[in-house]
Amino acid sequence: MKWILITLLLLTSKYALIAKSLHVGSNHSFKTIKAALEKTESGDTVYIHKGLYKEGNIIINKSITLFGIDRPILDGDKKYEVLSVKSSYVTIRGLRVQHSGYASLDDPGGIKVYDATRVTIIDNELYDNFFGIYIQFSTHCLIKNNKIIAFGKEEQTIGNGIHCWKSDSLQIIGNSMKGCRDGIYFEFVNNSVIWRNTVTDNIRYGLHFMNSNNDAYFTNIFSRNGAGVAVMFSKKITMMNNTFNENWGDAAYGILLKEISDCHLSGNTFNKNTAAIFMDGCNRTIVEKNAFSNNGWGLKIQANCMDNTIQSNNFLKNTFDVSTNGTLLLNKFQYNYWDKYTGYDLNKDKIGDVPYRPLSLYSVIVENNPTAMLLYRSLIVTLLDQSEKKIPSLTPENFIDEKPLMNLLKL
Amino acid sequence: MGRIFKYVMLDIMKNRFVMVYTFILVLIGWSAFTLEDSSAKGILTLLNLILLTVPLVSILFSAIYIYNSAEFIELLISHPIKRKKIWLSLFWGLNSSLVTAFIIGAGIPLLIFAEPPLSFLMIGIGILITTIFVSLAMLCTIVYKDKAKGIGLTIVLWIYFALLFDGILLFLLFQFADYPIEQPMVLMTALSPLDLSRILILLQLDTSAIMGYTGAIFKDFFGTTIGMVVSLGLLILWGVLPFAYSLSKFKKKDL
Repeated sequence: MKWILITLLLLTSKYALIAKSLHVGSNHSFKTIKAALEKTESGDTVYIHKGLYKEGNIIINKSITLFGIDRPILDGDKKYEVLSVKSSYVTIRGLRVQHSGYASLDDPGGIKVYDATRVTIIDNELYDNFFGIYIQFSTHCLIKNNKIIAFGKEEQTIGNGIHCWKSDSLQIIGNSMKGCRDGIYFEFVNNSVIWRNTVTDNIRYGLHFMNSNNDAYFTNIFSRNGAGVAVMFSKKITMMNNTFNENWGDAAYGILLKEISDCHLSGNTFNKNTAAIFMDGCNRTIVEKNAFSNNGWGLKIQANCMDNTIQSNNFLKNTFDVSTNGTLLLNKFQYNYWDKYTGYDLNKDKIGDVPYRPLSLYSVIVENNPTAMLLYRSLIVTLLDQSEKKIPSLTPENFIDEKPLMNLLKL
Repeated sequence: MGRIFKYVMLDIMKNRFVMVYTFILVLIGWSAFTLEDSSAKGILTLLNLILLTVPLVSILFSAIYIYNSAEFIELLISHPIKRKKIWLSLFWGLNSSLVTAFIIGAGIPLLIFAEPPLSFLMIGIGILITTIFVSLAMLCTIVYKDKAKGIGLTIVLWIYFALLFDGILLFLLFQFADYPIEQPMVLMTALSPLDLSRILILLQLDTSAIMGYTGAIFKDFFGTTIGMVVSLGLLILWGVLPFAYSLSKFKKKDL
């Protein structure tokens, strides 16, 4: 039995023994990548040495590894898609891909993956491309430690950093994106994970979900994007331990949730966003253990949201902690810490004895009549808010945290 | 004018009230920046100071001072001095002492702790608001010879500008909610120096982003150099017009 196994192993390792290494570079046997690719078989490794390669569109249709040594530069000359991966089991590592073409019909990218599985893209630099990395109809791909920089001026003329379309089981880990339209874009992408990325200064959203279900993003940083994350028309998205900083502007949000259900937000930090979370048509979502500080609005929850639970969050130094646009409230607020809470705790159970109404009258007025923002920080607004706190009459009766915490939660 | 101005100045400087006012401004100004954890909070505290305390003190103190120096004014008038000169000296005396108090109290901490364009704007606006309310006080003293009525009027004016005017704005906002009223509102704010100042300063702070569409419209107007010049011009007009009117009245007034 043992001998049969060993024989089998030897037989299968035949391919590994045959696999070649091909070297591309000015001092090596192959001068161009395309020439080397013609000589490859599946399983080979192509080492690309330092240099500038302007070879138009390079198509990879065998299961090979492209390995950059001293970061060679692949340049698309602003005309071509640089790397097109049309085979499974391809690894691309250590390259700098730059200046891909611009076209609004076929969306050329720096690296584009077509109908493939288990493609690995690690440690590359994507500089000034239309789309950075583009994945379509692919599964089980790993995109790790890439650096994507683009110089988008407006939404129409620049693509996304990492664009994923109709794919499944992707892992996007440790990348950084800057200056793209959306940092990461998911459409019809399921069962995927986004972890430890740094997404800054993108024109539209840091991370954008459309019709994608069962995904998760953890421990990412989203700073100074048009909006940090937009989750739209999706289900069962888990969002944990992310940081949302300075997504600040006229229509900027930390997270924009639109028509989603059964999601879970936990342990996120929101600092200096115009509106930290905007919920529109959001159902059965749990928002817990998040920290909201120095935001214009902590939570904007529209009246069409239902059965959401907002619990155990810290609300600190926000201009408005929450606001809503109607009188209907079908969501539950409990065990939150509000820095504006002034109640007392006689039985010392660390839960305030007086329920807290987080909705200020002025926030209701502004929601109904945005021009009233004109009176921001005027004496009359302060007086109105104080009187409403004492004798609530205009704010929705059931918008209430029955069990506000006395002390800041340690998160 | 020089000598009367000097006497008025010295008289006010000796007045304990202005001393106390300066001291309180110093106290608030420094504590706002040193006790708060960020300078943005300090600026908001000073904004409230400029919009509420400064106008109240300016208008009340000036009115009381002029009523109290009624005999001194009568004495001066009995001398061969032009009435215009007397009134102007009083105005400049009051104004410069209160402005000095403001600069010492709030101006220095602003210069130290706030960023240059904003700090200059806030100091400028503080000075203008002082001037405007001194000039309004002088109008009040001309309108009523009776001290109680005159001081009552100054308090009503302060409440009007600090509170009631905003109430009226809020009412109008709701009455005309169905119409595009953002632009008329820009004009409306010109009717209250305090609103105009508040918006000018708020637009310089980064909190302006949460003002949304309205903020954008305001920024379109007030954010530009022309808008800035126009609004500062309006504030100066607010300072000049009430005084000019009171001056023309004073010239003909039977004392």
